[in-house]
Formats: sequence, structure tokens, C-alpha cells
Amino acid sequence: MKRAIPIFVVLAGLLVAIAVANPFFLEPAGFLAFLKRVAPLAILAAGQYFVIVSGEFDLSVGSLVTVEVVVAARLIDGDEAMTWPVLILLVVIGLLVGLVNGLVTTKLRVPSFITTLGAMLILSGAVFLWTGGAPRGALSQGFRVFGREGVWAVAILVVVVIAAVLLMRADFGRTLVAAGDNEKAARLSGVRVDRVRVFAFVLSGLSAAVAGILLGGFAGVSAQVGQSLEFQAITAVVLGGVVLGGGRGHVVAAIAGAFTLEALFTLLNLHGISGALEYAVQGVIIIAAVAVGGLRLPSLRLSPSKV
Amino acid sequence: MEDINQKRAESAQVILRMTGIGKSFLGIRVLRGIDLSATAGEVHAVVGENGAGKSTLMKILAGVHQPDEGTVEIGGETRSFAHPVEAQRAGVAIIYQEFNLLPERSVADNVFLGREPTRRGLVDRAAMDEATSRLLDELDEHSFGPRALVKDLSVAQQQVVEIVKALSVDARIVVMDEPTAALAEHEVELLYRLIRRLQGRGIAVLYISHRLREVFDLADRVTVLKDGAHVATVPAKDVTTGELVKMMVGRELDAYFPAKAEESAIGEVRLTVRGGGNGKLDGIDLELRAGEIVGVAGLQGSGRSSLVKAIFGAEPFTRGEMTPARPASVRAGVAAGIGLVTEDRKAEGLALNQSVRDNALLVARAIGHRSRTTVSDLLRRVQLAPPRQETEVKYLSGGNQQKVVLAKWLTVSPKVLLFDEPTRGVDVGAKAAIHDLMRELANAGTAILMISSELPELIGMSDRIVVLRDGRVAGQLPAGSSEEAVMALAAADGVAA
Repeated sequence: MKRAIPIFVVLAGLLVAIAVANPFFLEPAGFLAFLKRVAPLAILAAGQYFVIVSGEFDLSVGSLVTVEVVVAARLIDGDEAMTWPVLILLVVIGLLVGLVNGLVTTKLRVPSFITTLGAMLILSGAVFLWTGGAPRGALSQGFRVFGREGVWAVAILVVVVIAAVLLMRADFGRTLVAAGDNEKAARLSGVRVDRVRVFAFVLSGLSAAVAGILLGGFAGVSAQVGQSLEFQAITAVVLGGVVLGGGRGHVVAAIAGAFTLEALFTLLNLHGISGALEYAVQGVIIIAAVAVGGLRLPSLRLSPSKV
Repeated sequence: MEDINQKRAESAQVILRMTGIGKSFLGIRVLRGIDLSATAGEVHAVVGENGAGKSTLMKILAGVHQPDEGTVEIGGETRSFAHPVEAQRAGVAIIYQEFNLLPERSVADNVFLGREPTRRGLVDRAAMDEATSRLLDELDEHSFGPRALVKDLSVAQQQVVEIVKALSVDARIVVMDEPTAALAEHEVELLYRLIRRLQGRGIAVLYISHRLREVFDLADRVTVLKDGAHVATVPAKDVTTGELVKMMVGRELDAYFPAKAEESAIGEVRLTVRGGGNGKLDGIDLELRAGEIVGVAGLQGSGRSSLVKAIFGAEPFTRGEMTPARPASVRAGVAAGIGLVTEDRKAEGLALNQSVRDNALLVARAIGHRSRTTVSDLLRRVQLAPPRQETEVKYLSGGNQQKVVLAKWLTVSPKVLLFDEPTRGVDVGAKAAIHDLMRELANAGTAILMISSELPELIGMSDRIVVLRDGRVAGQLPAGSSEEAVMALAAADGVAA
């Protein structure tokens, strides 16, 4: 957990800066609006965390979010009665995509970077084919309430955070991290490495489904709704001090990374800096975070044999 | 001691003299007042428990760390190295336990890495090959040539490459850090020959090893460090193993090995293998009983590690019978009550970035076993000191890491515990603790199978010794057999299988 301290300090600093620039932020409505905006990315970051800490990547979540929203709009088409069946279908789609990603990665031994890059392209292509570039249909009010009403979004976020923390404390989480740290040692200790990794991908797919449900209500239906979210999620996780390659980092810190990223975007926005800069900012952050993580101040380390 | 030092030093050309070396990290003193000298053609052993300061001292010599106090003289000149390259230029070569070689490149490429000879701006491969093969010849090494790829070489051959590298930079001081840790018994002999050749060329060899037998085989003088301080420097022929151990640990480890099992303490059969075989093993017959420690001897490649991995289910038997049922996977092995303490604890035993606690609980969590003992009880049982649960295991010494591996298996109380080189790279104190614990487990009814390349350990610990050769059981020997008997059986010199 010590690695996670810097991210909370940075986050606190950014929140103060936002509050200074925009006092409305301190009012319940203002803060709720912020939480509502953060929720989808925070949930995606939690899902991405499971995959990254096990030593893999999931690049497919952005496209998956788009798929979820587009499918929801088309199937619901404004019909309130379809809300719950479609919600269930969306969750199933998320779980299935995650399952396929996981199985291809572990059983066919395709590196997850390639597996999920492929999945990302397949899903984007499918959306394009199905919609011809312009999604049809409309979401129901019952569907949009989750992303639109701050209370709902926050409630879902809280549930996700609690579930993620509990999972990481359970046998699953501990063996997942061990597998990410040293796959061979984990295997020789009886850990079902493939199974825990597949489960991590499934959780990531599930997080994309939930994020898609929130974003559909929050941002509306478009073929770009999930664009580049996979990179935002990875940036958030890395920002939280989670090491690419697996085995190190805390899920709460990864979620805090999502808050920090969103706070940064908010602050840039408040100061009238173009949203177009967001990509560049993310690029700088992801490189800097990994570089700083690699530095780790050698002079502060005692010789290992002293403990 | 001082007198002996001076007399020796004066009789031959002193190449290295480190005087009053002190070093602190973050205000914690790890070395103080260390003196170390070496003369041309001398093998000087540096011994001490893990944490005694051997590595730090060698890193100062290598220019990795800079001393806070004291001087380093090489060839009579006072030197201070700001960078390892400067030390290398001054004639200091270090051969670390983990070799610094590029597996995909040739021997010659590795030897001249970073200082390739050029001709008209291009790398002169012919010159590199020629110089490398000349040095290989000088070392009497003909089993591979300069164009062989390092990844195709055995560990022993890779060590030769490291030595050639040292010779090619005209090293005057060669530091060898646990050079035999990864070698098989018969390769150790070859290393001895190489070291004698280095001596013959007037090179001073600083030899760091936990294996005292090697120290006595090779060294002219021995320097003992303890807790960062210099204990003594003595001619190797003037001390006994017991005296050295006492200097290293500050107490007498009189019972080097715990007592063997009583006849009556050996109980029911815990494991039988009949005609076990797979790609590497054939016709293995083996029986393990509760309460006994069975040693497994054999040369590198004789199938020792394959045997324990087969019993454990990591590389299962494909033929033959086994009770409990032949495990098809690691999980099946663990479920059947079999545990394996692997040979390479960093690569196969531990998740190094995780805490002591998470590592200790890994097996129990993997199989969903709810242990009744608490982690602190476990750590007390394996005598982990200090018993900090939250420390990441990468910061522990080799001995403490091995204790954590043991703790990991104790959580599920295995009926059969397999040990592959249980004390490799472990200091003397921790070694004794691990030996005691193994015997304690046996006395409590665990059947133990132990592989060891260190014959004194194998003979000292085993109630019975199984010797493997070419993937088969070459024979069995009773407790207390001689090293010669074991080696004869392992190498098939005269003794019929």
C-alpha cells in the first residue's frame, strides 16, 4: 500500500486546485457531478487492474463499451419494457467477451496484448458493420437513469469498489497477484494460474459492461462513446502505481488513478485548455508514471541481505 | 594473525590491499574497518554468513559502491573507482552468481561486448574469434568454440566464458561469487582446474563461498567477516572447519547435523513408486516411510530434479504405479499431501514482490485450505528472524527466504515433503536451522526426500541414500556411507548398478 501514497497526495492536490478554480465543486451537487463523471472510468480502471496485476493487458474494453451502448440502443429502441432484459444481456456480453479474451490468452497462448488488440478491432468492426457508422434506436428512461442520476452512478461505483477490495483480499486476489508476480512459483504452489487469469479478463469484461451502462445514460448513444477508454483505463491504473507486467500495486490506488486523471481533465477544462490536449496529457502521464516507477531511488534501498 | 598476514604479504607481490574499509547505507553501518589483501597467484577465500558484508565489500572493490572510509590499493597504487568500468580498467573482474551474458550472442561477442576490436570502422569478427579461441585454448577448454551461442552452453561452460572475459581484459584480480552454486559435482573439479590456471598466471582470486570444503580445497588464506566487521585472516591450512564455522557464526555448531532417525521412529509407508518413468526417468522404484529422510544423489542430468517433479506432479510420471495415486498435476500432488521445496527459490519458490505473509499462505490459498495455525505461529516454527509478516520477501536473505518457502508448505501439513537442494545459497546459521527443521518434521511423521549436490549434507542428513544415474535408480546406500561410495555409484566407476 505504500506505493499508493503518492497518488492520493496528487489527487488531493488536484481536488483542491479544482475547488479553488470553481467553488461550485465543493457543493454537494458539484461534487456529485464530478463523481458521476468519474464513475465509468473508475469502474473500468478496477477491471483493468485485475488484468494488469495478473501480468496481462485488456485493450478491448473501449470497443466493448461502444458495443454495449450501441446494442442497448438498438434493442431497447425506446421501449421501457426492454430495459431489464437488455441490461442482463449487456452483462452477459461483457462476461463473454472477457471469457473469450481470457481463454485465447491462456489456452492458445496468444499474448494478451495481441488477443485484446484483435478483440478491439473485431468489436469496432462489428459495430461499424451493424450500424453503418450511425447507431440507430434509443435508450429507455429506465436505462438512462443509471448514468444520468448521480446517486445511482455513485451507488454503483461504491459497490464496485467494495467488491474489488473484497476480491483482492480473498484467495482469488492473493493468488492472482502471486501469479502476476511469479507465474512459475504460483503454479508450483498449486495455483490454477490460467483459471485466475481468465477470471481477471471476465471481471474486466464485466467492468466494461457496467461502464457502458453508465456511459449510455451519461453521454448518450454514439459510435464513439467508448473511444480510447482502454487507454484512459490503463493510464489510470499505471498512474495508481500499479506495475505493468504484474504482481505489484493496489486496486484502490488504481481507482484513485482514475479519479486523478478525471480531476486533471476537469482542471484543464476549467482553465480553458482544449480538450484536444487530453490525449497528449495522457501520453505524458503514462510515460512519466512508468519512468518514475522504474527509478525507485536506489540510494534509499538497503542491501537486501540486511533484513 | 597480523604477523602471518604481513609475512605472507611480503613474500609475494601484493596486488590488492584494502585497508580500513567502512561503508554505511542511510546511516546504518554495514562495513567497518575491513582489511583485505591478496597477492599474485593467491586464492583468498572470503567467508561469512549472509549479511556479513561480503557482497558490499566486493561491490566496493568492483566500483559499484564507494567506501566512506579506507583505501583500496591495486598494484601499490591507491585507487578510487567512481564507476564499475574504472575498476574493470584497473584489472578487477567480478564473476557474479548470475552471469552477465547475452544468451543469443556468440561466445566471442560476449567476451568482447562493448569493446569490440574494429577494422575500418567495422567490427573485426575474425580478430575477436581468434583472440577468444586462443584464450579458450589456454584454459584447455575445447568443448566449444568462439562462435558457439551462449544459450547452447551448459552453466559450467558459461562460467568459462566469464573467465575468458576476465582474462581478455587482463584482469589481475578475479572475484568469484559462489561460483559452484549452480554447478554439478563433477563440474566443480573443472572449475578447480580453471582456478589453478588463473593462479598460475599470477592472478589473485578472491573466492566467496558458503561451502567450506571448497575453501579448504582451494584457498591459501581465508578472511572471515561477521556483521560487517573483520574477524580474522588465517592461512587455510591452519584452521579446521569447526574453527571457521565458529568464527563465522560466533558460536559452535557442534552437532553439524541433527541426529538420524531411530529404527523404531520409522513408520508406515507414505509413498511408493513402482516402475515409474517419463521422458527423463525410467524404471524408478522408490519407497518413502513416515519419519525418515531419504537422500537423492546423482550427477547433474541424472534426473534428480525430474524425480521430485514427477512425484509432485509438475512433470508427472507417464508410466508405472504410485501410491498415493500418480498425480497428473501439481494440484493433484498437493491434494495428495505432497509438497516440493524447489531448487531455485527465486524462480520457482517465491513471489518476490509479495509479503512474507502472502508467500507463506500461497499454497493454502491456492487449494482453498483453511489452516488452523496462524502465520505468526508458522514463522516461529521455521525460526524466521525477524518474523515480520509484511516485509516483501525480496528483501530477505537467502536463508530467510528458504524458511518462508518451508512455511508455505507447513500450512497444509504435507505427508511427503520433497526438497531440491534445500540449503543452496543459504548461510551457515540458517542452514543448521533448516536441517533441524527437516529432522523435526521427519520426527513428527513426515516422509522426506532430499536432493543435495553437497555430499557432506546428503550424508549428514540422510537415513538412506538413493543414487540416480541416467534417469534410473543406480543403487541405494545406508546412512553414513562415504562420499566415495556415493560418487562411485553416481558416476558408475567400477561399481555395478
